[in-house]
Amino acid sequence: MVAFCGWDMPVEYAGITREHVAVRQSAGLFDVSHMGELEVAGKDALAAVQMLCSNDAARLQPGQAQYTALLTEQGTFVDDLVLYRLRSDHFLLVVNAANVVQDYNAIAERLTGYGDVVVMDASSRYALLSVQGPAAGRIVQPLTGVDLSAVEHYTFAHGEFANVRGTISRTGYTGEDGFEIFVPPQQADRVWQALMQSGGDDLEPCGLGARDTLRLEAGLRLYGSDIDLTTTALEAGLGWIVDWNKPDFVGAAALRAQKATGVSRKLAGFELLEPGIARQGCDVYVKGSTAGKVTSGTQTPTLKKSIGMAYLPASSTSEGSEFEVDIRGRRVRARVVPMPFYKRGNGEPRVASPEK
Amino acid sequence: MNYPSTLKYTKDHEWLDVAGDTGRIGITDYAQKQLGDVVYVELPAVGTKITQGQSFGTIESVKAVSELFAPVSGEVVDVNATVKSKPEVVNGDPHASWLIAVRLTKPDEARALLDASQYGDLVK
Repeated sequence: MVAFCGWDMPVEYAGITREHVAVRQSAGLFDVSHMGELEVAGKDALAAVQMLCSNDAARLQPGQAQYTALLTEQGTFVDDLVLYRLRSDHFLLVVNAANVVQDYNAIAERLTGYGDVVVMDASSRYALLSVQGPAAGRIVQPLTGVDLSAVEHYTFAHGEFANVRGTISRTGYTGEDGFEIFVPPQQADRVWQALMQSGGDDLEPCGLGARDTLRLEAGLRLYGSDIDLTTTALEAGLGWIVDWNKPDFVGAAALRAQKATGVSRKLAGFELLEPGIARQGCDVYVKGSTAGKVTSGTQTPTLKKSIGMAYLPASSTSEGSEFEVDIRGRRVRARVVPMPFYKRGNGEPRVASPEK
Repeated sequence: MNYPSTLKYTKDHEWLDVAGDTGRIGITDYAQKQLGDVVYVELPAVGTKITQGQSFGTIESVKAVSELFAPVSGEVVDVNATVKSKPEVVNGDPHASWLIAVRLTKPDEARALLDASQYGDLVK
């Protein structure tokens, strides 16, 4: 167990590789109750969310969700989050555990004098269990009357799960199909047990370690590592969650300016061409000069490669560009590869060919 | 886990298997469990001199990087190529997966190491 943002969380149960492979091949169960939940409600809730978040919330019908971000005026990340439209005038923001207070304060400040809207920290009302992997639907369906085949990617529904009332969304952080189930904390244990029983040998309890290797393979950014208050949405390659046509939002002006001039650095995916793991904080060298830092890195259990993400000068981020990473004093060669490193459902994982 | 009585152990969770004037060095079952899936080991070349208690390499799992500490002083005479190419064998059979072999320069050091029951108590 490790301390994580005030929570005691398991790094692993049976082992990171075993848990990781289970999610890719059958299913894994994660207790992600540490995630924060903020609610924004009121007659002006949509306008408020449009002002607060980078993506276009008006595209959401009640029952739909989207990946979006809270930005600073500079276009850097206060947080990245999943926005759920519960009702036309009621939104749920699922945010990073470490950022609940930062997010709440930023939102509350921006809503000062705003109109008919309120923000609430509802984190203590929700436990969150995540079932991820190709077998997820088969495992969850027997426990609920909700027809999961009707719950499409990035939509959600309310119902009962192991006789516990809650909400299920087809979302996750692993690159696999999967479901996240919001239930009251007092009853989370019962739902966990029911899921484990339903899953049998096909369901492996998973910890933070596998969550990190899975999300990294899927090219998903991690707040605090790949994105933070110093990196903009464009530098992070998350321009796709910025809607340029919607009403103005916090950070829009800075991002428009950056888009016009072009970014000087970009988050790139890479693989190592020599053994080792390039971990967060390792210095990156392009043509012998220090040029950035690794933000995430691991040996991937699925691809059996050492992969990672790093901020590089934009001119050095084209596919196949080579650079070096300093791993404890050893210069290791690396090469830019497209993200995601792993993509489900199209046969072979998408990676560049290995070079010996 | 059974800690073989033929091996000597350190508080840093390495083992030493002495035969004549040479000894093989590995990490214990306790150490591999703490590390989890081992994916990389960095070991000294043959001929390198190592000193008791000092780092002689690193072992890396998905979860963490850990220094390897020399149980005895000596000169490296052999490096286990299998462990270098398939680091996961350390998880499978830690007490058989030696990392390096050294010629002991201070054989008395080995006698002062923990025996299996002392080490077993340490990690209980």
